[in-house]
Amino acid sequence: MDEETYEDDAQRDLDREHGPEGVRLAGVLYEPAEPGERAPRRRRKKKTRATYLFRFIALAYLFFLVAWPVSLVVKNTFANGLSDLTDLLSDPDAIKALKLTIVVAIIAVIVNTIFGVGMALLLVRYQFPGKRLLSALIDVPLSVSPIVVGLALVLVYGGRDGWFGVWLEDHGFQVIFATPGIVLATIFVALPLVIRELVPVLEEIGIEQELAARSLGANAVQTFRRITLPGIKWALIYGVVLSLARSLGEFGAVKVVSGNVLGQTRTATLMVEEKYLNFDKGGAYATSFLLVLVAVSCIVVVSLIRPKEKRK
Amino acid sequence: MVLAVASEGRAGRTKRLGRPGHLTKVSGLGLGVSLIWFSLLVLIPLAAVVTTAAEGGWDAFWHTITNEQTFAAIKLTVSQAFLVTGVNIVMGTLIAWVLVRDSFFGKRVVEVLIDLPFALPTIVAGLVLLSLYGPKSPLGIDIANKPSAVTVAFLFVTLPFVVRTVQPVLEELEGDVEEAAASLGASRFTTFRRIILPSLIPAIAAGAALSFARAVSEYGSLVLLSGNLPFKTEVTSVRVLSSVENNNTEAAAAVATVLLVISLAVIVILDIVQRRMSRRG
Amino acid sequence: MSIEIAGVGKRFGDFVALEDVNVSIPTGQLTALLGPSGGGKSTLLRIIAGLEEADSGRIEIEGVDATHVAPQKRNVGFVFQHYAAFKHLSVYRNVAFGLEIRRRPKPEIKTRVTELLELVHLEQFADRLPSQLSGGQRQRMALARALAVDPGVLLLDEPFGALDAQVRKELRDWLRRLHDEVPVTTVFVTHDQEEALEVADEIVVINAGRVEQVGSPDQLYDTPANDFVMRFLGPVTQLGPDLVRPHDLELHATDPGDGLPGTISRITRVGFELRVEVASADQVVLVTLTRTEFAALGVEQGSPVYLRLAHGAPTVPVQTPVAALDEPDPVPA
Repeated sequence: MDEETYEDDAQRDLDREHGPEGVRLAGVLYEPAEPGERAPRRRRKKKTRATYLFRFIALAYLFFLVAWPVSLVVKNTFANGLSDLTDLLSDPDAIKALKLTIVVAIIAVIVNTIFGVGMALLLVRYQFPGKRLLSALIDVPLSVSPIVVGLALVLVYGGRDGWFGVWLEDHGFQVIFATPGIVLATIFVALPLVIRELVPVLEEIGIEQELAARSLGANAVQTFRRITLPGIKWALIYGVVLSLARSLGEFGAVKVVSGNVLGQTRTATLMVEEKYLNFDKGGAYATSFLLVLVAVSCIVVVSLIRPKEKRK
Repeated sequence: MVLAVASEGRAGRTKRLGRPGHLTKVSGLGLGVSLIWFSLLVLIPLAAVVTTAAEGGWDAFWHTITNEQTFAAIKLTVSQAFLVTGVNIVMGTLIAWVLVRDSFFGKRVVEVLIDLPFALPTIVAGLVLLSLYGPKSPLGIDIANKPSAVTVAFLFVTLPFVVRTVQPVLEELEGDVEEAAASLGASRFTTFRRIILPSLIPAIAAGAALSFARAVSEYGSLVLLSGNLPFKTEVTSVRVLSSVENNNTEAAAAVATVLLVISLAVIVILDIVQRRMSRRG
Repeated sequence: MSIEIAGVGKRFGDFVALEDVNVSIPTGQLTALLGPSGGGKSTLLRIIAGLEEADSGRIEIEGVDATHVAPQKRNVGFVFQHYAAFKHLSVYRNVAFGLEIRRRPKPEIKTRVTELLELVHLEQFADRLPSQLSGGQRQRMALARALAVDPGVLLLDEPFGALDAQVRKELRDWLRRLHDEVPVTTVFVTHDQEEALEVADEIVVINAGRVEQVGSPDQLYDTPANDFVMRFLGPVTQLGPDLVRPHDLELHATDPGDGLPGTISRITRVGFELRVEVASADQVVLVTLTRTEFAALGVEQGSPVYLRLAHGAPTVPVQTPVAALDEPDPVPA
């Protein structure tokens, strides 16, 4: 009744580079007497009844909470064949909403990537007073309610009595109830994502290679482009994809700052809500389907990258 | 996933040489620019919320918070968040365990399912849950507009958090520690209770904090699923939104400040947990 | 408590880790399982502990068949190469662990733990966390922890492999003396022949899943059973069809009668020792001797010399051809 599986932790043993004394173990200790005699140390995992029970509970939970509901959305989208989708894609207002969503997301991702890389480098490579506080504050956007985000931006950039908004709007620059506001809100909510992926990787890579490059005469830009960037490549992509998914999907914050003006400041997520509440269930499902598709693609890409990121 | 808690601890251990240096002119400038940007986007707006809330003085603030409908919303939000966090602590750890210790066909799909709630727009999450737990449910379960809708929505959006903080810690656990416990006579359960679980507690705490903060902030998934019925299924963020829509920015700011205080508490906890984890080594 | 290993075999997939291993370990003895990495010695140790299960054969611990008994019930202490310290527990709690889960009364635990900490010279670290100890200290703690529950058998898996050369030598010494004080049946695994020769009462040489030879350090060194054992335990050189020890070869300036003629092709001085390569017939033979001995000969590079094997020196027929400077794998420094 008990199944047996084998797990190769030879690689783990080999990867154990630093013992507590800082002694390099891998190459020295595990060198075979003759090459080719290397035996993988496999550890057998006995499958008990508990294993099957846990597996069942975990899978059932995920099935009823995520898998089945999501598949139903897909099913409902195609309940009337392709007509819901084609109706959606031939509606010019809908296309405008989709376009807006994509444009906003791309801008947000670019801004957050630039800021993210810069911030990550500053946090890891330099020392300055208040660093820990800054690092903690950067995490704030992840824990703040999207409605609060929207409110905060309205209070500062709102045209009527925003702290800066009045001045901005007087000079013809409308933020709230216009696209710039949506962009700001989207940047806000996805801000930490790239930084949080880069910081651990930068720490692990260490500064030696960069110092070596500098000593060979490379300036900051060259060092970054040729040495740092390749090292953080996978973590960066990972962070970018995550923030893309987040940016495309923002709802609450965008609802507050957009005013939901049809054709102008309506995003895909706002469109889902509107269509559903206006009894255009087909349209709501179709839009949702597109968003699900994007989200799943992002996750699949990310899960393919994760092993590459880990191996670094 | 995003959560750097465990991985920062790990990076601390494997950190190679390289102490952070002092700011140069270029990096100092970069820091200045970044700080200005960050302030304009995040710090100043959030400060505006707190300031606006304080504008009417403590009495006005308290009056807003203790408004019956608002208070009910806060109570509902916090209690549901606690409940859901409790479930996540158990289920999250269990799912992480299955992911790390078990192997079966289709594990990749499971990983995607776990990350899906994080990547999915919240409004779509609401629609997704409505398909299975709403009026047209193939299961016959209809919780739309009921308090349990809030629970299910919270469970959905907070799913990844504990799993993703616990998973890397479990992966890093060295097998010989469990073997050592076995050789000393500990049963599998005793080994889990005395040896494995203590190592997991910081990670679980971090995940729980994130899960709680996320639940308390949730809005989008509840719009379609819970109906936002006052005193029954209305959560705090909905109250903030209605105040905004009524141009009552002071009331909105007051309630928003309550939410911010909760988020702040979460971040403080996370920071403490991170420090404890890197000390352990 | 004696350990009987009879006909034990173990495979991992296609790889044969152990094949038909038969060893008998008497009570109270300090035995080394010596062999190259991947040879199966760790696997055998883990099978004795119950951390792996053999595919075939029998393990008896003090006459009781333990082949299918869970490790928890075997009353066997195990010390791991990387210490396997319980990171969240203090040194005291680590050592007390086995006693605590057996629900011994607190005063009893206190006495026993204090006794053991004194034995391993860690009394003043009782309240520290393992991360605050050095590697050598952690390993001593691991030993104390394993001994706390009075095991009938103590097993150590490359216990000093993760430590600095200096610490390794000290702990090696210390283990020997500890065993003299507390004569528990002890089995330890090592790939370092110097360690085995220095510490063990008896050595079991294991290579590629099979037992090559069992004997005392002297027996193994002076009467190796085959090519592998001779190579693994000390330097070798090939003389004709046989393997001999370079220091068992005599170098003569004039023919002693039964000497093999040759010419000195190279001389290397290493401290007090001289390594002389002699080209003879179609071989290059390595001879090691002291400076004094060499000086007395009055020869130099290119001089004709005569080689003779010392009377009674061990020889073993060659199984794989040897280069002149063949030495056992250097001990990781």
